[in-house]
Amino acid sequence: MSEMQKTIEIEVLRYHPEKDKEPHRQVFEVPFTDDMSVLQGVQYIKDYLDGSLSFRWSCRMAICGSCGMMINGVPNLSCQTFLRDYYPARVRVEALAHFPIERDLVINMEGFIEKLESIQPYIIPKEERTLAQGEYLQTPEQLNAYEQFSSCINCLLCYAACPQFGLNSSFIGPAATALLHRYNVDSRDGGKAERMELINSEEGVFNCTAVGYCSEVCPKHVDPANAVNQNKTNSAADYFLRFLAPKGGAK
Amino acid sequence: MKAPLKRSNAPIFWALFGAGGMLSALIGPMLVFITGLALPLGLLLPADTMSYPKMLAFAQNFIGKGFIFAVIALFLWHAAHRIFHSLHDIGIHAGTGAKLLCYGSALLGTLIAAYALLAIGF
Repeated sequence: MSEMQKTIEIEVLRYHPEKDKEPHRQVFEVPFTDDMSVLQGVQYIKDYLDGSLSFRWSCRMAICGSCGMMINGVPNLSCQTFLRDYYPARVRVEALAHFPIERDLVINMEGFIEKLESIQPYIIPKEERTLAQGEYLQTPEQLNAYEQFSSCINCLLCYAACPQFGLNSSFIGPAATALLHRYNVDSRDGGKAERMELINSEEGVFNCTAVGYCSEVCPKHVDPANAVNQNKTNSAADYFLRFLAPKGGAK
Repeated sequence: MKAPLKRSNAPIFWALFGAGGMLSALIGPMLVFITGLALPLGLLLPADTMSYPKMLAFAQNFIGKGFIFAVIALFLWHAAHRIFHSLHDIGIHAGTGAKLLCYGSALLGTLIAAYALLAIGF
């Protein structure tokens, strides 16, 4: 190791539920090279400085959505955030905002998983088809309608960014709404009426105040704010026109 | 078991908010310019543009009435909705109280405007 070796300070929010009353900060001095991500920085801490540090990670290339953290207060995937962009200043790494901390940088995502289940994130076929009838065909245009919203990797950065979710955690939130929208606008799906009940409910889209930060932090350009606000219009139309609809619209 | 979903009545307020926002964006600056700058400073418009007889005639005209009513009522509903949500954002979760105060004053303003416009005659 040459004398050219650069080091950077990484300040980590630590919390051990059995030992700590509340989270506290710990600073580590980490040697780094220009190609090192923040994730590699915390991996260095775990490997060489403090093996008790806990965090989630897997793919290291912004696909799996596991390594989301607050980096200097901004929700980001730590694998696509580079230490060089902060050097020589200190980098502050914390668990994602608005979620209960399980340990150190690991958050409890149970609430989100429940929301994910509640939106029925799978195609509910409009018409049952037998194998003999072949596959469900779709035009490129029909694919375009939902493709963007299908790119979500459930990294929860949008929830950490959303001030309304921070104030009211029962709000269904950006990612779940985007995925709900993805199935509702799929030409093969027939489950819209069921899902609209959630959109229309007190936990639904009207918790959103159109801040738009969710879409800004999204690493996959899903634009959840767009899905949420399109569904405000859908929900309002359903609210006022449900008495005219043949089946009375959503409940 | 999770509690059953309750339908939100937000679309009513959101629709009024949206209508007020659209109207204020389209004609708000123009109204501020006419009533706040152009007339007091004597720019562009004849001095008696907003004189009492002219404004009375405007308010007694069917279309003028509708215009005045829409501007007052929808602007109020827009403001009430924005204030209500801003209160929430700065940590005041007064719930029903804040809701009644915000939307109640918009409703009151709407009723007063409607009464005054009807009382002034046709």
